Amino acid sequence: MFADLALLAAQEETHEGSCHFETGDCGFPAPSADIFELDPYATFSLFGLEFHITKYVVLAAIGVVLIVGFFFLAFRVPRLVPSRLQSVGELGYLFVRDQISRQVIGKKGEYFVPFLVSLFFFVWVFNLFAVIPAGQFPVTSKLAFPAALSAMVWLIFNYVGIRNQGFVGYFKNMAFPPGVPKALYIILTPIELFSTLLVRPFTLAVRLFANMFAGHLLLTTFTVAAWYLFSSNPFGLIFSATSFILTVVLTAFEMFIQALQAFIFTLLTASYIGGALEAEH
Amino acid sequence: MTQIAQVTGSLGSIGYGLAAIGPGIGVGIIFGMGVQAIARQPEAYNIIRQNMLLGFALTEALALIGFVVPFVFGP
Repeated sequence: MFADLALLAAQEETHEGSCHFETGDCGFPAPSADIFELDPYATFSLFGLEFHITKYVVLAAIGVVLIVGFFFLAFRVPRLVPSRLQSVGELGYLFVRDQISRQVIGKKGEYFVPFLVSLFFFVWVFNLFAVIPAGQFPVTSKLAFPAALSAMVWLIFNYVGIRNQGFVGYFKNMAFPPGVPKALYIILTPIELFSTLLVRPFTLAVRLFANMFAGHLLLTTFTVAAWYLFSSNPFGLIFSATSFILTVVLTAFEMFIQALQAFIFTLLTASYIGGALEAEH
Repeated sequence: MTQIAQVTGSLGSIGYGLAAIGPGIGVGIIFGMGVQAIARQPEAYNIIRQNMLLGFALTEALALIGFVVPFVFGP
């Protein structure tokens, strides 16, 4: 009986051509990578390079103003008994210091805690723009943003390694980790060099990019499906409502993933810096 | 050379399906062993949870790279 009802509903849909109540075509407009291409608000060229001011740039600028403004206002007049804004700022700073820096690097990493705090909050706020109504694009879903952050992290941990262990010593310790039988160095050394110098920045950037890209694509698919399935027959309403509920649930999941990806990015940065500070022993 | 077999359509979906096998098993192992570790020593819950989430994110990255690559090297 349900199969008959479903067949009837499908026939009714294709007959009247009212797959959704606005236009008559029945193809599902599946979101693809094109939804990430936005028209720029303004373009200008400087030194022969073209700059496109797209929504991503505007959102990134808003994120910068938010974070810098928040931390500036929180710690402008620091008191021993903190004010409310200062205690919230302290929460953020101490979270990164205790859970990330001290766990992974230890006491030697105090110098890098401000950098890790900035990194964590920048990645998190850039991710959060995916679920904020006016923004709705995760800034980190353009590969340029995670790639730039990852390049910065790569430069920093290589510089820290070269400065702490000497140029030759750093690469020697990276290529020849101690405690390995001599014959294995033939295959271990290229793998170690390749992994540390090339694979690390690549996976750091692509992990963040792919998570945000896939999450945004998923949310868009379910939102478009909720709109597309909305028609007058009861099955359309049920499917549309289910799709909408799934959008809400996936938004909650997406917020968890955003925070997790920011945490992972900072944790791995701390791990790489810690590995560069002292040789493996 | 005559064509014997051909796959048309969305190769990206097949690619992602294949790419998700390994990380699926990996994430299962991570959380399974994490739950076992918590059961053995409940007071270490916080440190175990942190390591579980770290391992999950590293493994999930591989599946998501498999999802994104068809878009990057798209048609």
